Amino acid sequence: MIWSKEETLTRAEMEALQLERLKETVARVYAKVPYYRAKMDEKGVKPQDIQSLADLSKLPFTTKQDMRDSYPFGLFAVEQDEIVRIHASSGTTGKPTVVGYTRGDLDTWTDCVSRIACMGGASHKDVAQICFGYGMFTGALGLHYGLEKIGAAIVPSSTGNSEKQLMYMQDFKTSLLVATPSYALRLAEVARGLGIEPEKDLNVKIALVGSELLTDAMREEMHLAWGRDVKITSNYGMSELMGPGVSGECLEHCGMHINEDYFLPEIIDSETGEVLPAGEKGELVITCIKKEGLPLIRYRTKDITRLFYEPCACGRTTCRMENLSGRSDDMLKIRGVNVFPGQIEEVVLSIPELGPHYEIIVEREGYTDKLTVRVELNKETDSFAELQRIESATRNKLKVILGLDAKIRLESPNTLQRFEGKAKRIKDLRKV
Amino acid sequence: MVTKQISVFIENRKGRLGEILDVLKEKDVNILSMSLADTAEYGLLRIISDKPQEGKTALSAAGFSSMLTDVFILKVPHTPGALQNILRIISEEEINVEYMYGLSVGGDDASIVVKTSDLEKADATFEKHGIETMSFCEI
Repeated sequence: MIWSKEETLTRAEMEALQLERLKETVARVYAKVPYYRAKMDEKGVKPQDIQSLADLSKLPFTTKQDMRDSYPFGLFAVEQDEIVRIHASSGTTGKPTVVGYTRGDLDTWTDCVSRIACMGGASHKDVAQICFGYGMFTGALGLHYGLEKIGAAIVPSSTGNSEKQLMYMQDFKTSLLVATPSYALRLAEVARGLGIEPEKDLNVKIALVGSELLTDAMREEMHLAWGRDVKITSNYGMSELMGPGVSGECLEHCGMHINEDYFLPEIIDSETGEVLPAGEKGELVITCIKKEGLPLIRYRTKDITRLFYEPCACGRTTCRMENLSGRSDDMLKIRGVNVFPGQIEEVVLSIPELGPHYEIIVEREGYTDKLTVRVELNKETDSFAELQRIESATRNKLKVILGLDAKIRLESPNTLQRFEGKAKRIKDLRKV
Repeated sequence: MVTKQISVFIENRKGRLGEILDVLKEKDVNILSMSLADTAEYGLLRIISDKPQEGKTALSAAGFSSMLTDVFILKVPHTPGALQNILRIISEEEINVEYMYGLSVGGDDASIVVKTSDLEKADATFEKHGIETMSFCEI
């Protein structure tokens, strides 16, 4: 089911709507947000210079640093009393980024999430268990209201206590699971430990996963854990832009549909800032064209993807972004080679004798970077030859994919840390 | 006659061996012999015990990658050349020894634990040449 009529507009209709909203937004932030006015003045661009969608490139970028500099409410475009909700990022690398929503923004958010839930096959018949942390993090409440709006029964179980989560799943016949891919795998693992076979004993038919990359290999691992017929779709968003609901995958699995009547996407070369043509890979930049509280202009997401504008077989005509290949933030530079953790994950998941969990350690010995990948042995063996075969198969595959030699450390099952929220699998111990 | 050996994957990390032994002690599993072979990063611990199945189950439940492996316990007379004699026979039959280690028992005979290729052929060979095999119950 397609939730909103905006998802099937023709290209011309969509662009007309986007331009109208863009002009209105730029005029509004120029008038109401001194920070933006100063940045635009500095670039010598006025609201009336925006006459076409291509003029978007005249506007300055917004970065996470801008949000920190304006902490907490400096980029808000409405009076404080119009704000009805405040969320914040975890702020692990400095001041958190704070986001504020007006009542209208919450309606927009709900609409966006309802759309992506429908794309993933959800309906009013579903019992939706939300295993995202409720709190300052936008994930849980975003999914919560969007799914509630389409009429699903919400089980706001949050994170933690996997045994209890599984009890709810069994007793409430949960049909839709919201979680990070790694927590979904963890739940299946705990279930098996309790003698519960997810595919047979549970009723989960749909998994809406987000807040972490969903690589093809990870999707396959999820099918192995939860069943072949479970509909697994990934969705994308970030609190700065709104939270989940910026884009989501439909059941055709050919990229995530961007709710582009709200979020105007561009792809840029992250080094030069230059806008790249459709189909080219680069950093995703989003302009919020229908946000009231915090309408970010050309926000640099740091996520690497590509955009496609062809209509989708599902009937939607909205622009699609390829499932993420990494974040420019997460990218590790090891011995001069760019490495995305997703590439390592792909290799680990492709070796049947290894479990899906891994940890990446980067150290510096003298002047050389050393990459170690800790993985869990998934197969019992009595043979050194076999252990060495597994080790060298992993190392060779990594070498082909990364062009780097890595040390493989085999571990017993269940030794590596498990995560309920975003998995933190990288330990960069290099002193810069 | 083959006997069941517990094989456990073990990381070279402080206290890891102790954790395994704790699990076995908890289940009252008596270790009759063991061998620990290692590389720089990890090792394989091989154990002959009085309760192989129970030991293996307990170790797996405790999160250790462990399995049961079929091996032979061979009686070797306490005379020089006795082991060599056995190995010659094995070799003539073109059976490979994958690994072996000693099993400490008192009395007139010693014993070794041997993991070979082609279990059936090895069993028949031992029978044919009168090489005595034992099960862990007889130790």
